[in-house]
Amino acid sequence: MLAHIIQNLPQVLIDGLTLGVVYAVVAIGYTMVYGILELINFAHGDVFMTGAYIGATILFLLMGFGLLSSLPALIVFLIVIILAGTVTGMLGVGIERVAYRPLRRKNAPKLIALITSIGISFVLEDAVRFIAELKTGNYIITAPSMFNHKFNIDIHHVLPFFNNATFQASFLLVLVVTIIMLISLDLFVNKTKWGMAMRAVAQDRDTASLMTINVNRVISVTFFIGSALGGATGVLFMIQYGTINPYIGFILGIKAFTAAVLGGIGNIRGAMFGGVMLGLLEMFAAANLSIITNGAMGAEYKDVFAFIILILVLIFKPEGLFGKAVVEKV
Amino acid sequence: MSAFFGKLMQSKKNQIILFIAYVVLAGAGLFLLPDSTIAFLMLLFSILILYHLNFNLRAKWISGIVILAIIMPFIASQSDSYQTYMEVGTLVGIYCAMALGLNIVVGFAGLLDLGFIAFFAVGAYSYAIFASEQASKFMPFGHYPLPGGSFWIFIIVGAAVAALFGILLGVPVLRVRGDYLAIVTLGFGEIIRILLNNMDHPINITNGSMGIASITPPNFFGISIGSSSQFYYIVFGIFLVVIYVVRKLENSKLGRSWKAVRDNEIAAQAMGIPLVKTKLAAFAIGASFSGMMGVVFAAKQMFVDATSFTYLESTMVLVMVILGGMGSVPGVILGAGVVIILRTQVLTNISNWLSSISADYGISIPPAISPEKMQLLIFGLLLIIFALYRTQGLIPHKNRKVNVEVLKKESAEAALAREKATSGGADS
Amino acid sequence: MKLKKIIPLLAVICLLLGVIGGCSSKSGGSSGKTVIEIGSQSPLSGGSATLGDAIRLGAELAISDQKAAFEKKGFTIKLKDLDDQGDPKKGVANAQILAADKNVLALVGHLNSGVAIPSSEVYEKNSLPMVSPATTATVVTDRKLKTVNRICARDDFQGPAGANYAIKTLKAKKIFVIQDKTAYGSGLADQFRNQAKKLGADIVGYEGITVGETDFNGVLSQAMTKKPDLIYFGGVYAEGGLIIKQARQKGFDGPIMGGDGLDSSSTVQIAGDAVKGVYLTSVAGDVTKTEKGQEFAKKYKEKFGKNVESYSAYGYDAAGVILKGLMKAIDDNDGKKPTREQVTKAIRAVKDYDGVTTKVSFDDKGDNKFAKVYIYNFDQAKYPPVQKAEISQ
Repeated sequence: MLAHIIQNLPQVLIDGLTLGVVYAVVAIGYTMVYGILELINFAHGDVFMTGAYIGATILFLLMGFGLLSSLPALIVFLIVIILAGTVTGMLGVGIERVAYRPLRRKNAPKLIALITSIGISFVLEDAVRFIAELKTGNYIITAPSMFNHKFNIDIHHVLPFFNNATFQASFLLVLVVTIIMLISLDLFVNKTKWGMAMRAVAQDRDTASLMTINVNRVISVTFFIGSALGGATGVLFMIQYGTINPYIGFILGIKAFTAAVLGGIGNIRGAMFGGVMLGLLEMFAAANLSIITNGAMGAEYKDVFAFIILILVLIFKPEGLFGKAVVEKV
Repeated sequence: MSAFFGKLMQSKKNQIILFIAYVVLAGAGLFLLPDSTIAFLMLLFSILILYHLNFNLRAKWISGIVILAIIMPFIASQSDSYQTYMEVGTLVGIYCAMALGLNIVVGFAGLLDLGFIAFFAVGAYSYAIFASEQASKFMPFGHYPLPGGSFWIFIIVGAAVAALFGILLGVPVLRVRGDYLAIVTLGFGEIIRILLNNMDHPINITNGSMGIASITPPNFFGISIGSSSQFYYIVFGIFLVVIYVVRKLENSKLGRSWKAVRDNEIAAQAMGIPLVKTKLAAFAIGASFSGMMGVVFAAKQMFVDATSFTYLESTMVLVMVILGGMGSVPGVILGAGVVIILRTQVLTNISNWLSSISADYGISIPPAISPEKMQLLIFGLLLIIFALYRTQGLIPHKNRKVNVEVLKKESAEAALAREKATSGGADS
Repeated sequence: MKLKKIIPLLAVICLLLGVIGGCSSKSGGSSGKTVIEIGSQSPLSGGSATLGDAIRLGAELAISDQKAAFEKKGFTIKLKDLDDQGDPKKGVANAQILAADKNVLALVGHLNSGVAIPSSEVYEKNSLPMVSPATTATVVTDRKLKTVNRICARDDFQGPAGANYAIKTLKAKKIFVIQDKTAYGSGLADQFRNQAKKLGADIVGYEGITVGETDFNGVLSQAMTKKPDLIYFGGVYAEGGLIIKQARQKGFDGPIMGGDGLDSSSTVQIAGDAVKGVYLTSVAGDVTKTEKGQEFAKKYKEKFGKNVESYSAYGYDAAGVILKGLMKAIDDNDGKKPTREQVTKAIRAVKDYDGVTTKVSFDDKGDNKFAKVYIYNFDQAKYPPVQKAEISQ
């Protein structure tokens, strides 16, 4: 039993890492918004999904112009990811303007903002489905495959108790791009003036506004960055898995939120860590649950474990693994 | 014109006459055009008009019950679409009771629950397992399926099991609040669904994804109940019980504690309201309504599987509550009615109409445009619009008006009595 | 008093929608001929919409083909297509709508067994006959309802047929089974597993996945460590295509086998080149093989601008069986509009209907005596796949 688990460990690590970094970047969108507005932006998962669709559209357009074969794949990729990121960033700002800002002005209860975000998430899912179905007749879109060169890590020769692991070029791409995104975000938040303004607003919105910080603009910038990262991750997701449908945002969004909670919500580094950890855990559970329980429970239970972890963390350490405990103010 | 209309509506007699005229008109409409959905809706609409008239409460209740239990089914029974109308009526009743249950949790106690359908599922499965041969697959004793007469007991059992699950969910989540609670309940709902879908091995409890088929229909003194028109009355009966309980609870001590907890948890705690008990009661009572209707649902469908209990269903119930007005009982009922009728009647009819146009006149309408598929968009927009512009919903919640003078006098008297009692106690 | 404004507004909206609704049910009667409608219920939205839409279009083609024959007898036949969304609740509600419409004398449907089972209880009560092109679960006809018929093969025929082929022809000894945890996928995978065990194969793993996900690497990693000769997948193309693709990425180059849920052009679209070496059992025959089938495919392409899917032909044949029964019922009733009971009997009594993909005669349960299972193989990334074997009961 243990032999099996160890054998496929390298492969599980690679797959878990791929999924984990995707979770991590999406989790950052949740955590940034929550840090500033104390709002679970349910629509964020669907912004991610929209990003994937916009990326696919741009790819098909480029293919239509015949540019896909003439340009190097990396350039095409950069064009797609930057364009899709910008568009979804603007989408995020728009959502905030339309759905959240009026509520903030009215000082509505938080519950209401949560409900609008569920509404936005429905609208995005259906709008994307509608457009995709109208244009192609089928809302499940398969993107032209890129970066599908296969690598084989011959780890079995070096360490004989491991099996060999394989991965695609897209895995490296996903890993490198997300790491670049994470590092630049970390620098942005910790080293720039805007980042400082963001942290100030997150800490205390009223005081920040007294310190001549334009709170609304800071919130817009936060939404832009969070959504742009989400959209860019959507593009990565599309390249890694090839097929997208309008409902990928929901499950992934919930998992990413779990990751954000795991790392301590509001804490950007925590979200990165939580995402990677959740990805690894999930992959491990899918690969090994039935081996461990001797067939009583299979991979279909992996989501149950993800949710149980979420519930346990929320109950026993609501500030997350890296967060600071907050005392409720009266 | 409007002044004249206003005057007309002032007088009670006029109201009664106009209302009866409306009911007769709508009833005649349904009678003469039996397949017209519009006439059916008009008749249902009379309930809403009734709500806005200035009758006394009892008269409203009685006329409402008469319309729903006698007039509407009788006229509809003349039509080919009888069972369709009754099916819609049954679904509206089921969802009304669920929405009222969720209203206790969300509207009264302010605890956002995104996994509410789980309790419905628990109720449905508790009847389905024992009223089919499923139970004999893991129960060492007893003879299954249980006879149809057990349905009536199972309504209570379903409510109790669902309430138990409500408490089970409630105990751990009491430590989290606000947005976190929403996520935890969502997770809980998904866990229940996944478990129901997978518990076919190692022990076969729910028959997994194959679902449970051939559920025994209920039996009422030897009559086997199978058609929608019969279920309509069962649902209607339960619905009346539910609404009675909710009405009683709303203004009881418990109801007021819920609202206090909703408005300010810390202040409520400081005022001596037991948080744990109050919140658990909300979860348990809300869940029990769902559980009861789950039993009815299983009996009506004669088949249950986990696909009926997805996250989307939970949010649909939430849409009903938000649309109708959080905390407002008549509002929530209206919300449930509107959502169900939109989903099952209006959107389907428009879709059919579009497709028959495209077939008859050769206009090609892409299937993507069919309003039936646009449900998510429609309900999403409804959620946004109502949250932004009409937070209180269709029929806003009204607090009970209290006469301050009377209250002051009463409390002064009570204080006096207390003083007397304590001074009396000190003397002896 | 905003409320006073909102309520009438709502009333007006309700009325407007109602008027449209009212019109829709009225817009049937035309040209003085008696209208007969054939219902159809299949998922036109959701994860298996490609299959559901194929059924609907197939039925539509059958009806437009035979329109003239019925016109001669004074009847206008029409399709009334409803979307069951793959949701049992919606299916039952739609069933009530069909049952209430007295012009509807029979229906083609459903795709999903989970929807067909509760809906057929409604049909039985209203003696509205259904002919299913695609529901394979055994329990659908095992209840012995008078109104329920199907022209496709049952799970306990298709699953074992797949297992026989996998073990006897493909010589698989170690098999890893993956299923999608739906009524369809589990039913098929269970039947496959049982037969494979009986034939002495070693089932090295039996795993479930979640519908709607996209990353199945976890399950596949587990499969890879068990080194199977063959991977079997019970489920539909949306997940199946991805599993095929990801298994190939992991370096699995043995055969992958699936059921009729993979028999769709979308499988090829999703899996791309990885689809080479995939086998599937289908209840639908290859229409391009026979002359009749080719003609059908051509007509279908002309009318709808789409290539045929396997279920298009089955939708066509299901509607064809209904129309044959209906014609018989009309003749038996001296050219007058028959009752539903008469149509139910006539459909069950249909003998040797010769359709584009299958012959049809029903047994006493409503199963098709001529139902066959076909084995296909993708030897290149192109739909339809190549037919390898044909298995009769």
